[in-house]
Amino acid sequence: MNGYFHLWLIPLLPFAGFLINGILGRRLPKWFATTVALLAPLAAFGVVLAVAQPFFGIGKALSSQPWVETCPQAWINAAALHIDFSFVLDQLSLVMLLVVTGVGFLIHVYSVGYMHDDEGYARYFSYLNLFLFFMTVLVLAGNALVMFVGWEGVGLASYLLIGFWYQKKSAADAGKKAFIVNRIGDFGFLIGMFLLLANFGTLTFSEIATKLGQDPGWTGGVVTVIALCLLLGATGKSAQLPLYIWLPDAMEGPTPVSALIHAATMVTAGVYMIARNHVLFDHSPFALSIVAIVGAATALFAATIGLVQNDIKRVLAYSTISQLGYMFLACGVAAYSAGIFHLLTHAFFKALLFLAAGSVIHGMGGEQDLRKMGGLWKKLPVTFAVTTVGVLAIAGFFPFAGFFSKDAILYAAFLQGPNGRILWVVGVVTALLTSFYMFRLWYLAFLGTSRSPEIHPHESPWSMRGPLVILALLSICGGWIGMERFGGFLAPSVGVRAAEGGSPHLELILSGIAVGVALLGWLLAHLFYREKSTVPSTLATALPSGYKLLANKYYVDQIYGVTIVKPLFAVSRIFLGWVVDVGILGGIAWLLGGIAMLSGAILQRWQSGNLRSYAAWLALGATALLLFLLVPWSTVLASLSVLHFGLAGH
Amino acid sequence: MHLILFIVFAGFCLGGAINLLVQTHPISSALSLIVVMTSLAVLYLLLGAEFLAAAQVIVYAGAIMVLFTFVVMLLNAGREERTLGSRAAWMLGFPSVVAILAVLATVILHAQGLGVATLGEGLTNAQGSTNIEELSTVLFTRLLLPFEVTSVLILIAILGAVALARHGDGDPNGKPTAEKELERTAAK
Amino acid sequence: MNSLFSQEVPLSWYLLLSAALFSLGVLGFLIKRNLITVFMSIELMLNGVNLSFVTFAHQWHAVKGQIFVFFVMMVAAAEAAVGLAIIIAIFRARATLAVDRIDLMKL
Repeated sequence: MNGYFHLWLIPLLPFAGFLINGILGRRLPKWFATTVALLAPLAAFGVVLAVAQPFFGIGKALSSQPWVETCPQAWINAAALHIDFSFVLDQLSLVMLLVVTGVGFLIHVYSVGYMHDDEGYARYFSYLNLFLFFMTVLVLAGNALVMFVGWEGVGLASYLLIGFWYQKKSAADAGKKAFIVNRIGDFGFLIGMFLLLANFGTLTFSEIATKLGQDPGWTGGVVTVIALCLLLGATGKSAQLPLYIWLPDAMEGPTPVSALIHAATMVTAGVYMIARNHVLFDHSPFALSIVAIVGAATALFAATIGLVQNDIKRVLAYSTISQLGYMFLACGVAAYSAGIFHLLTHAFFKALLFLAAGSVIHGMGGEQDLRKMGGLWKKLPVTFAVTTVGVLAIAGFFPFAGFFSKDAILYAAFLQGPNGRILWVVGVVTALLTSFYMFRLWYLAFLGTSRSPEIHPHESPWSMRGPLVILALLSICGGWIGMERFGGFLAPSVGVRAAEGGSPHLELILSGIAVGVALLGWLLAHLFYREKSTVPSTLATALPSGYKLLANKYYVDQIYGVTIVKPLFAVSRIFLGWVVDVGILGGIAWLLGGIAMLSGAILQRWQSGNLRSYAAWLALGATALLLFLLVPWSTVLASLSVLHFGLAGH
Repeated sequence: MHLILFIVFAGFCLGGAINLLVQTHPISSALSLIVVMTSLAVLYLLLGAEFLAAAQVIVYAGAIMVLFTFVVMLLNAGREERTLGSRAAWMLGFPSVVAILAVLATVILHAQGLGVATLGEGLTNAQGSTNIEELSTVLFTRLLLPFEVTSVLILIAILGAVALARHGDGDPNGKPTAEKELERTAAK
Repeated sequence: MNSLFSQEVPLSWYLLLSAALFSLGVLGFLIKRNLITVFMSIELMLNGVNLSFVTFAHQWHAVKGQIFVFFVMMVAAAEAAVGLAIIIAIFRARATLAVDRIDLMKL
């Protein structure tokens, strides 16, 4: 590979943006902060396009070899452990980078309009650039430790951005929750890394893949454990069961943050990590099945909760969790490229939906409750149009983006044998529910007449509408590349799934079923939520416990609270607080103080003020000194020992 | 000659010292100390330190002890009483002093190289040079600075003594503080 | 006849006398109740030490010993003056010269 590749520029430019905006942003005029903030992702995107050329055969010769850049100064070099700062660009990371920097740039532009009146304008953009820096590090990482740096870093950026309006207690709590739950997942990632290191001696992905390929004995056992540990990390970051609880709360952050981090990029890091380690997962069918089950279960679970949410952003949050479940399902049936394809299309339409929701919220002056909206199709036409595109895309209608990717996943699942059929059924049911609740959102927010006549919504400025339109266009044509070509493009990096027993005929039937299910969902939503429909309320009163269960998100938060959080607090308060802190440490401090006071009280008697006693002690001391100096102790001791032995001898 | 003189005046020394301890009235102790000083002056003469003997009589016996006597008579403190404290001190003090003396004596008696004191033997036995000449030669040449500093020291002592012994916070024309304190303790 | 009228006295005897004087001074310092008498015992100790210095000056024919005695005398004079002034000040404040009763720092 010849030519200049400056992969390190890709993370560096956003990092520079973070520093400049973080330090200087507040003191300088707003246009300066805006320029820096927008230049950074744009420049990074430019570099990505430049380095993408060989992979597409544009400008340079077509090549499918990964491009590796390693820092000459090793990071860790201790005996057997050798880890470098290395960046790897292959097809997989290229796709991710395009999404991260491209969609990221669009969201930056959108944020200019959305956050325009906010006091923490410069701080917001510096955090956003920081996020881009860490995300690019994560994607470009050539070994697990560098990826972990990016992994932790995006968690940090997410915490900072979720709790951006930190004066609000709910926002600060949500930030904490996100970080802590992520930490639990990171623990799994760490254990996985340790095991990788212990068994393979290296953390570099390519070396692990080579070692796994060379020795056919690597199946089951250790590999499964490592894969499951990595899966735990992925569930934390990608909000799957059981660590998804932070994502709905993360909606406390600004809407562009939700779009970028919690829809398009950060939450996809888990999927990316599994795809990156696909060789490892391929060697452990058991772990793969766990991945698939987790993905499918999460998809269904989250979709059911999303049915009854009233906050527009919460609906989208549960939708994200559900769609991420699809991606995990894809990886679980070893159709990694299908999962990445869905990642790509999902980035487009979910970011679009979030930004449109932001536009609605902005227009409604901060109102987020669906029950108070309605009739916005007249007042916010552009937003309405793009939302329609997004809803059609996520529901999986032809020819929008979601159709192609979701179809690919369901097809791959179906071909996986009898268990695959079950997963397929789950996927189809979830698709039905997805279509239903998305159209529910569409009806409640836009159609009908306004339920809050006192609010006069206004359309967003073009800084916000522009990215919406671009994303809508991408949602329309993003899938047209087709799974075949996309899978072929990604094959050098994620491998090709051996399709068993598939046929184009079968594929067509399955796509038909998927579209039919989506239509059914639309129909049901129309029945439920068209103007003057009382179906939802009657249903809710008919099945009160069912409704309550869903509305309260299956009480998962409360269950976690009782089983995990409360005992931890109790341990912390009782054991650590009373026993260790007050008892042991306080006891030690008290003991030391007591000793000092006691010895002081004893020694105080000595200072009597009585001259004669002072004189007596003086004389005593002088006598002792004289004795010590003048008496030849060695001879005395010698004679004493002679005497002692003499006596003992008798 | 030397021996007889030594025994006599050493006896005076010891006798005076013991008397100082035995007497209860401070004035008697002061007079005993004067006896000790003058006998020591004679012993210095026997050891060939004429200047020091003279200085001993003039400074110690003639100035310091006179000062002591003045203060005793001025303060007029009276006889000492036997108290519990003094008995305890006697019990503790006597053995420790005996111990000190025993140690010192042992060391002295076991010391090697101690010669004899000969009467008439001076510092250098050089012809034409007296004890005081030799002393002053060193004092005013090599040790001039300590000599001058000592005079400053005495000046400071004078100043200090004057400052301390003045009538302090009490009313200079009224009753001295001591009498006020006595009245206070009596009134309680 | 020869022994009793000899011109020579062993120096150790002088040293023993000096040790005895010193010990008696210590004893007085410990036992005596009157402040002035305690002070006098201190002077006694100093004199005992002076005697040992002169003895050694005679032994080694060194003038240093006698110079030291000279300085000791000077310092003792200064010390006696200041000490007695202090005793007078104490007596004025406390109206007593008993060592046991003067046990507070503040006058």
